[in-house]
Amino acid sequence: MTPKQIRLAAIGGGLAFLALAAAIALTALEDNIVFFRSPSELAAQPAAIGEAIRIGGLVREGSVTRDGLRADFAVTDLAHDINVSYEGMLPDLFRDGQGVVAEGRFDASGRFVADTVLAKHDETYMPPEVAEALEKSGKYSSGYKPSHPGDAK
Amino acid sequence: MIVELGHFILVLALSVALVQAIAPLYLMRASRDLSRNAALGVAQRAALLQFVLVLLAFGALTYAFVRSDFSLAVVFANSHVAKPLIYKIAGVWGNHEGSMLLWVLIVAAYGAAYARFGRVQDGFAARVLIVQGWLGVAFLAFLLFTSNPFARLIPVPFSGQGLTPILQDPALAAHPPLLYAGYVGFSMAYAFALAALTGRAEDAAENWAKRMRPWILTAWIFLTLGIALGSYWAYYELGWGGFWFWDPVENASIMPWLAGTALLHSALVAEKRDTLKRWTLLLAIITFALSLSGTFLVRSGVLTSVHAFANDPERGLFILAILAGFTLVGFILYGLRLPQLAPDRAFQPVSREGLLLANNIFLATATVTVFLGTIYPLILDALGGGKISVGAPYFNAVFAPLTIPFALLLPLGPLLNWRQGHLQPLQSRLVLAAAAAALVTLGMVLTRGASVMVVALFAAALWLLFGAGLDMAQRLAPYRHRLVRFWALPAGAFSAPLAHAGLAVMLLGILAATQWREEIVVAATPGQQMEIAGISLRYDGLRDVDGPNYSAEQARLTYLSGPHSGAHLFPERRFYEAERSQTTEAAITTDLTGHLYAVVGEPSGDKRVLRVWYHPYVAFIWLGALLMALGGSFALATRLRRSA
Repeated sequence: MTPKQIRLAAIGGGLAFLALAAAIALTALEDNIVFFRSPSELAAQPAAIGEAIRIGGLVREGSVTRDGLRADFAVTDLAHDINVSYEGMLPDLFRDGQGVVAEGRFDASGRFVADTVLAKHDETYMPPEVAEALEKSGKYSSGYKPSHPGDAK
Repeated sequence: MIVELGHFILVLALSVALVQAIAPLYLMRASRDLSRNAALGVAQRAALLQFVLVLLAFGALTYAFVRSDFSLAVVFANSHVAKPLIYKIAGVWGNHEGSMLLWVLIVAAYGAAYARFGRVQDGFAARVLIVQGWLGVAFLAFLLFTSNPFARLIPVPFSGQGLTPILQDPALAAHPPLLYAGYVGFSMAYAFALAALTGRAEDAAENWAKRMRPWILTAWIFLTLGIALGSYWAYYELGWGGFWFWDPVENASIMPWLAGTALLHSALVAEKRDTLKRWTLLLAIITFALSLSGTFLVRSGVLTSVHAFANDPERGLFILAILAGFTLVGFILYGLRLPQLAPDRAFQPVSREGLLLANNIFLATATVTVFLGTIYPLILDALGGGKISVGAPYFNAVFAPLTIPFALLLPLGPLLNWRQGHLQPLQSRLVLAAAAAALVTLGMVLTRGASVMVVALFAAALWLLFGAGLDMAQRLAPYRHRLVRFWALPAGAFSAPLAHAGLAVMLLGILAATQWREEIVVAATPGQQMEIAGISLRYDGLRDVDGPNYSAEQARLTYLSGPHSGAHLFPERRFYEAERSQTTEAAITTDLTGHLYAVVGEPSGDKRVLRVWYHPYVAFIWLGALLMALGGSFALATRLRRSA
């Protein structure tokens, strides 16, 4: 092949490859994004049953009950609550009043069945979504200023 | 006193960095060789001095941590008297300010190493040091103006808040320094690219690609080890045995790694074949820009991740300015200089260059897809589209189909000649390698069963492994009859086969560990038996144990069957008094063929939640990374010996 043909073939092949890669990436992205909704947002506009979403807020004081492997608790932004159930081992930092994020789906009874529950590294840190949800609910003082927790990495 | 001295020395270091960044420019403009040597001399001395000063400042901060000087805000917030010495020292970089000081120290160290060990003394070397000088200026200014590690607290608190318990682990001593040595090392790629782009016509003979390679190899080796160690740390510390989370901060480290891997290979082509030079220069700039964005993502707290920590927006803005500044300067110089660069030499698609180009296309695509998944949530949020997260399913869905053709093409590259290669002479051996891969895959399918994608990935990884073996055999062929001569082979001959085999081993480990993982969760009473992966275990109960600065509940599990029969596992839940925080310490039996991984959870009535996993071949993941780093080290060793 002449250099010109090679260049054309390379450019053509490269573009086709990029188009394919972009198609795969965008499809994957469309299928796999998960929206974050606060309890108040969900109260105003409930999520579809079975739709994967993330919720977040504080674990309502005194709401945690355990039965075998199953834990039930309420996540609150102090204006609205969501009842969550989770089967498995809760993270180390999970406790009353702690900011948590849970990923999962609503079942037909209106209970949020979590696949994962995240609580962060230390008790002074609050996930940004949760801090924002709490501010929006208007029940939490906006003076929330975390001290500097240890930074990993 | 030491603290004030440290602060003062840091300010001094900034002034020296300014001299390193500016003075040689003036001297060089004064034209002609004499002043050019003067420029290099100034840059070299400034680089060495800057390193010594930053090292002293770092020593002062370490001293403050070891002495638990709580008059320092950073020591107060991240240390405690009742903490083992190793964590007091490692705690220096277990926080934002200290880790940025470590970053600056490593920037200065690379500059000083180049000033001291760079062999060719010319204007190019001076320009590299000028760029490093500017980096020193930017990050020292960032440190002093937004993240001063020497800031005092008044009144002095009586006791510190302690270090986040999850960080109180020996890995903290090594993971951040390794990772930073990798990230920051790519600043050398940037400096070399800028030095090449600002050279005059008569400097065209400067072989920048050749001079750049040992430095990017060094950075790449460190980054590989740093990421692997981080992954292993997360695996045993976070308590559920995941080794990679596609967490934005992990993505921030994998992007420069992917781009850096591409850069290593394209710089090879640029050096040996005088082609792909323009692409290599661009890639060098992009790789460092990705390192900087990594710093931005981690340090600004814009992302939600397990590593996210509440942070000051001012800092994020400052780093964003640094990122934008250096990237823009790089791109502008590149754009201005591009038309004047000599055209690339042509090559046939079936050649080593052709395959290396394919490697670069795959790696660049992988980088872009990670970038997309990482910043898409940020962009959507900024546009008011709602808060989303892009999780592992996206990355898995993209990486799996990308990996297959990548692994299939990869072994052919080293087997082909430069310029125009021929596969016919190797045909029978390649068929043999493919048949072996197919056979083993068939065996796997018959015994385990798996999805089409997994089967394809498994076969591709095996083909890669056997291909690397074939490559090794080809290199050894001339020595067939004189095995002694094996040791006379330059270490560089082992580098590519080792690194490529490392990737194959890692892929196999990932596949096995994710596809055939077993898990049981039980609420157990003492004496209860459980079964996982054909192994019987008995839960014996709990007892209280005390560590240096924590108290723990320790469970005991006993193997009732298998080669470990009679041995115990002791998973713990630790409670750290000073930090009022708790961690889960997994107990892991580390066999090469699989890890048994046990965790003790919270009480549930009078029972105790236990979680046990079996992770088959999971060690292959990190062994693969070690092999890759070893391959890189061989390449580096040859390079250093040859040019010594």
